[in-house]
Amino acid sequence: MLLAGKAHTFGDDINTDYIISGKYKFKTLDMAELARHVMEDLDPNFYTKITPGDFIVAGRNFGCGSSREQAPLAIKHAGISAVIARSFARIFYRNAINTGLPVVECDTSTIGPGDRLEVDLAAGMLYNRTRGLELKITPLPPVMLKILNDGGLAAHFRKHGGFHLD
Amino acid sequence: MGQTIIEKILSRKSGRQAYAGDIVIAEVDFIMGQDGTSPLAINAFREMAGRALYDPSRVALVIDHSAPSPNEGVSNLHKLMRDFARETGCRLYDIGDGVCHQVMLESGVVGPGSLVVGADSHTCTYGALNAFATGVGSTDLAAAMISGRMWFKVPPTLRFECHGVLPPGVYSKDLILYLIGQVTADGATYMSVEFGGEAVRNLSMEARFTIANMAVEMGAKAGLMEADEKTATWVQRYGRRTFTPVAPDPDAVYAKVLEYDVTTLEPQVARPHRVDNVVPLREVAGLTVDEAVLGTCTNGRLEDLQVAASILRGRRVSPSVRFIVAPASRQVYLDALRDGTLETLVRAGAAVVTPGCGPCVGTHNGVPADGDRVISTANRNFKGRMGNRNAEIYLASPAAVAAAAITGKITDPREFVK
Repeated sequence: MLLAGKAHTFGDDINTDYIISGKYKFKTLDMAELARHVMEDLDPNFYTKITPGDFIVAGRNFGCGSSREQAPLAIKHAGISAVIARSFARIFYRNAINTGLPVVECDTSTIGPGDRLEVDLAAGMLYNRTRGLELKITPLPPVMLKILNDGGLAAHFRKHGGFHLD
Repeated sequence: MGQTIIEKILSRKSGRQAYAGDIVIAEVDFIMGQDGTSPLAINAFREMAGRALYDPSRVALVIDHSAPSPNEGVSNLHKLMRDFARETGCRLYDIGDGVCHQVMLESGVVGPGSLVVGADSHTCTYGALNAFATGVGSTDLAAAMISGRMWFKVPPTLRFECHGVLPPGVYSKDLILYLIGQVTADGATYMSVEFGGEAVRNLSMEARFTIANMAVEMGAKAGLMEADEKTATWVQRYGRRTFTPVAPDPDAVYAKVLEYDVTTLEPQVARPHRVDNVVPLREVAGLTVDEAVLGTCTNGRLEDLQVAASILRGRRVSPSVRFIVAPASRQVYLDALRDGTLETLVRAGAAVVTPGCGPCVGTHNGVPADGDRVISTANRNFKGRMGNRNAEIYLASPAAVAAAAITGKITDPREFVK
């Protein structure tokens, strides 16, 4: 699967309250509505800047804080094709895979705002077309790759009738 | 090869010798969801074609994050939870019962050696009861509700050895804030943390919960303590089950062991907008405060309310401060009513709200105004956390919150502690 889009860059420790604020997520399960508020406390107009396929690019510890699965879901429904970060908080990382949002761990220090990126998950490579750079991606653990390839954990359960991770 | 606490619990629950780095599928003892996460879990449950819970007596849904409901959107999600509980036969804790974690600690179903998953990041609180308890998302929760199992990558363990005795006016909240400041917000990512040593053993169970509660603020998957007679007393007060405590082996392999002496620790605060932005309180003393919040899963237990009441007894909250108190549970509320703690707080000027999470998560019960500075006993101070991105949140101990409520400024609580 080849993903392509431009980079929207953020810093370290982007927590799930920033991704989708508690004041919205407790009210509704309408992800299209929640998507409009994604990253609002950091950039009130962020949603309007997204072209479907774009990437969120961040530093360390992306998705720290609460366990809300609305965080990866709001990102996904906003049209973001993958989150690329130096490192991820563990609950967000699991939630993203479980809901079918690719998460890409690599050194993001050379990626600038607006850079045109391509991500090849199978090959484990990220290509920065703007800067002509190639970056190696930390591969997903096989268990998570299996869940992601099934389309998330719910689809995995439907397909196998339970955990089928061996 | 020796094992850490989490390696032992995951070995026991998966039926194989498990060490850091292994992937295991483990049996889950109890499953909890709250009103911010259960509705999505119910959706996922349906999407997975789930028909029944693997064991309804091992599943609880708690309505605490927006309780009672502040608007029709929330009301409809609460209804979804009540309907699901009726349909499946799981437990439902409704408005007023309390913050999910305190409810779980008082439910008697969690104890030494238990494995609990909760769709709330502060599920790690039960680690103080020697249980492996961890926060998961809604889809993982639904998978556990259906199968009674969950996959885990066994984490490496970081151990804190805390020596000495905390000085008067310095509390377990100050200790955990200090430790988070030391290791930072991702210092224990993907790791299990063990808190041990004389300083931890000397703490009450309530004070220990405060520490385990905030393990996730350094990125940890679990914040575990060894069981002792205090653990046994707590479990016996609420317990209906028997538990088998889990101690680390003397030759357990740790990723790192960090030693601290708490004898000279002073009151700490986390400044906006990061939990690891920790400094000694004196560095920010004198800053004016508009709102003071006492409560939450971190510090809303009886002992916390009593500490605040001991400082506020015979004094008045500053007219420039809104002082909001949210007991962590119905049990805490009742205990604090009976022993006069709540009367002291209310006489001093506190606004007591329904046991729950509202003030901490910005759903209702105390959303700050633009430019407000809040001092809170909660565990997170992210921008917008309390519902307004233009407010500042300082995290501190119940004593520091009470002191600030009186003076209208961030104040060293030791001025009020005999």
